[in-house]
Amino acid sequence: MTTTTAELPASPTEADYVLHLYITGATPNSMRAVRNIKEICEEHLAGRYELLIIDIYQQPQLARQEQIVAAPTLVRQRPLPRRQLVGDLSNRAAVLISLGVPSSGNAN
Amino acid sequence: MPEYKLAPTALPQLPKALTGIDGLDEITEGGLPLGRPTLVCGSAGCGKTLLGIEFLVRGIIDYNEPGVLMTFEETADELAANVTSLGFDLKAMQADKKLRVDHVHIDRSEIEETGEYDLEGLFIRLGYAIDSIGAKRVMLDTIEALFSGFPNEAVLRSEIRRLFRWLKDKGVTTIITAERGEGTLTRQGLEEYVSDCVILLDNRVIDQITTRRLRIVKYRGTTHGTNEYPYLITEEGFSVLPITSLKLEHTVSNEIISSGVPGLDEMFTRRGWYKGSSILITGTAGTAKTTLAASFALEACRRGERCLYFAFEESPAQLIRNMRTVGLDLQPFVDQGALIIEASRPTLNGLERHLVTVHKLIKEHEPQTVVIDPISNLVSVGSLSEVRSMLTRLIDFLKVSNITALFTALVSARDGRMEMTEEGVSSLVDTWISVRDLEGIGERNRGLSILKARGMAHSNQVREFLVTDNGIQLLDVVIGPMGIITGASRLTQRMQEQAQLVAQQHELSRRDRELERKRRVLEATIENLRTEFESVEEELRQVNNEEHARHEALSSKRHTMGHSLTTNTPATPDPQHSA
Repeated sequence: MTTTTAELPASPTEADYVLHLYITGATPNSMRAVRNIKEICEEHLAGRYELLIIDIYQQPQLARQEQIVAAPTLVRQRPLPRRQLVGDLSNRAAVLISLGVPSSGNAN
Repeated sequence: MPEYKLAPTALPQLPKALTGIDGLDEITEGGLPLGRPTLVCGSAGCGKTLLGIEFLVRGIIDYNEPGVLMTFEETADELAANVTSLGFDLKAMQADKKLRVDHVHIDRSEIEETGEYDLEGLFIRLGYAIDSIGAKRVMLDTIEALFSGFPNEAVLRSEIRRLFRWLKDKGVTTIITAERGEGTLTRQGLEEYVSDCVILLDNRVIDQITTRRLRIVKYRGTTHGTNEYPYLITEEGFSVLPITSLKLEHTVSNEIISSGVPGLDEMFTRRGWYKGSSILITGTAGTAKTTLAASFALEACRRGERCLYFAFEESPAQLIRNMRTVGLDLQPFVDQGALIIEASRPTLNGLERHLVTVHKLIKEHEPQTVVIDPISNLVSVGSLSEVRSMLTRLIDFLKVSNITALFTALVSARDGRMEMTEEGVSSLVDTWISVRDLEGIGERNRGLSILKARGMAHSNQVREFLVTDNGIQLLDVVIGPMGIITGASRLTQRMQEQAQLVAQQHELSRRDRELERKRRVLEATIENLRTEFESVEEELRQVNNEEHARHEALSSKRHTMGHSLTTNTPATPDPQHSA
C-alpha cells in the first residue's frame, strides 16, 4: 500500500491508467478495496498503470479537493473522463467496465 | 472535537443557540437547539438556503461562532454571489477563517457503484472543516442531493442517520435544509432522522400575491410559537416579522397631544388625545379623513416631532398639493425631514412586506407619530383575517414603541355598517372618531363624532365641520326644534334668528321712543303745574304781605293811642303807618 503524506503528485508518469484509491484507514471496506484493486491492476493492467492509495483520515483536505464523498472511492484520473468508482470494488465486472478495461481477462 | 460547553443555567433547560435572525429567536424562544440538528424544509424558492446562510453569518458576526457551510447544490462562488446583495461577504469571512465553504459535487454520471461503501468521505470533510476553524455552526444545503448521486438508498439512509448522530456528538448546531415532498415534510423523509427541531417554510400564492410563512413543526423539549408566522426576505436578509407580543404590558404616557384641529381637541375633556395611543378615523368616501390625518401630521411636525405618513392612495406630491388647498402646507416639513411620506399602492406588496416596510421605516426614522391612510385599502391585498392579524401586530408594535398612530379607514355606508370597521380593529384602538355624511334635503354635510376615547370623557355631539382654506373648522352646535341642525337648515335657522333679532331691536327702540315721549309729556305737565303753583304762591305772598302791613299799622296806631291818652297828643293817626 502506498500512502502518500504530501500533496497529490502531479502524475508525471506516462502510464495509461492513473488510478487514485481513497480509503478510510483500515476499515474492512477499505482493506477489501485495496486488495481488489491490486488484483485487478495486476491481472489486467500490469505495467500500464499507476496506483496511488490515499488515506483521507490523514489527508482530509484531499477529500475536499477531489470531491470524495463515499469511501472507499477509486478515481480514474486517466484515461479521461474522470470517473469515480465507489465501493469496495468487489463487483469485478462493473469495475472493469468503469475503468474501460476489456473484461476478457487477456488484455495483456 | 471543538471544545463545546453547555451554557450554565440555573434550571435544566434546553440550551439554545441564538440565530440572530429577526424574529426567529422570538418564535423559538431563544433560538435553535444548541448542538443539535435542525431541519428546515420547504418548497423551492422559500429561502431555505438563505435562512441557513444567515444563521451562519449572524453566528460569525454577532456571536463570534465560526461556521461551516456544506453545500450540495451551489458552488461556493455562486453562493457568495447570491448573498452579496444582502451584504454578506462570505469571501472575507472565509479569509478570516470564520467560515468554511465546502461544495460537495455529486455527479451521477461520474459515479459507479462497485461494492460496499459508506459516506465516510463526507464525514471526514465535514469533520476537517469543523475542526480547522473550530466551528460551532454547520449548515448542510441540501443533503438530499446525495440521493441523486448514490443509488443505494439503504446505505444513504443509514449514513444520514449516522451523520446526524455524529453532528450531535460533535456538539455543533446544525441546520439541514430539505425540499418539501408530496404529503411529507421532506422528499426523502429526513424528518424522521432529525427529531429535535423542524421548521417548515411555506410559499403561498393567494390572489396573485405571495405570502411566505414559517412554522415550527416541532421543537422537542421546549415551548415555542406554534402559529404560522409570515416572513420576508428583505435587503437585510431573512426576517420573520413581526411578532405579536403576547402580553399587554407596554408603558403608557399621560401626556396629551393635540389632534391638529382645535375644535376637535375641544371635544375631549383633556383637549386632545394621549401620546402613544392609537386613533382610528372611519368614514365614508369624501368625508375628509385624509385632511384630518394631514392636520394631525402637520400638528405633530409643528410640535417638533417626526412623523411618518403612509399614503396608500395618493402620491406624496398629490397629497402635498391637495392639502395646500385647504391651508395645510406640508412641504416645509417634508423639506426639513420632519415629515416622511411613504406612498405605495397596497397591492404592490403582500401584507407582510407592508408590515416589514413599516417596521423598517420606523426603525430608520424613529418617528413619534405615524399616520396610515387608509388601512382599509390593505384589504385588497389579503383576506380579512390576515389584515386583522397584520393590523393587530402593527398596532401592537406601535403601542409598544410608544408611537402615536392615526389610522384612517374607509367604511361603506351602503350596508349600514357605518360604525363597524371591516378590519375589526376598532377594539384595538384607543380613540375612534367617525366622520360621516349628514345627508339632508338636497345637500350633504360632514359631521364628526367621537365614538370612543379610552381614558377620557368626550363630547357626545355630532359636530358639523367644514373644510375651509384654513383647514378643518368645527362649527358651533345649532340645536333646532328637531335636534342638531346642519347645512342649509343651519343657515335658515341663523337667518331666522337674525330676523328675529332685528325685529326685537325694532321693538325695543320703539318702546324707548314711547317712553321718551311719555317722559316729555310728563315733564311739560310738571312745568305747567309748577308755573301755576308759582303764581298761586305769588298771590298768597301778596296777601300775606298786605296782611302783615295792616297788622303793623294797627299795632302802631294802638301804640300812638296809648301815648295820646297820657300826653294828650292829637288823635290823628300816623299817616305813615296807615299807608
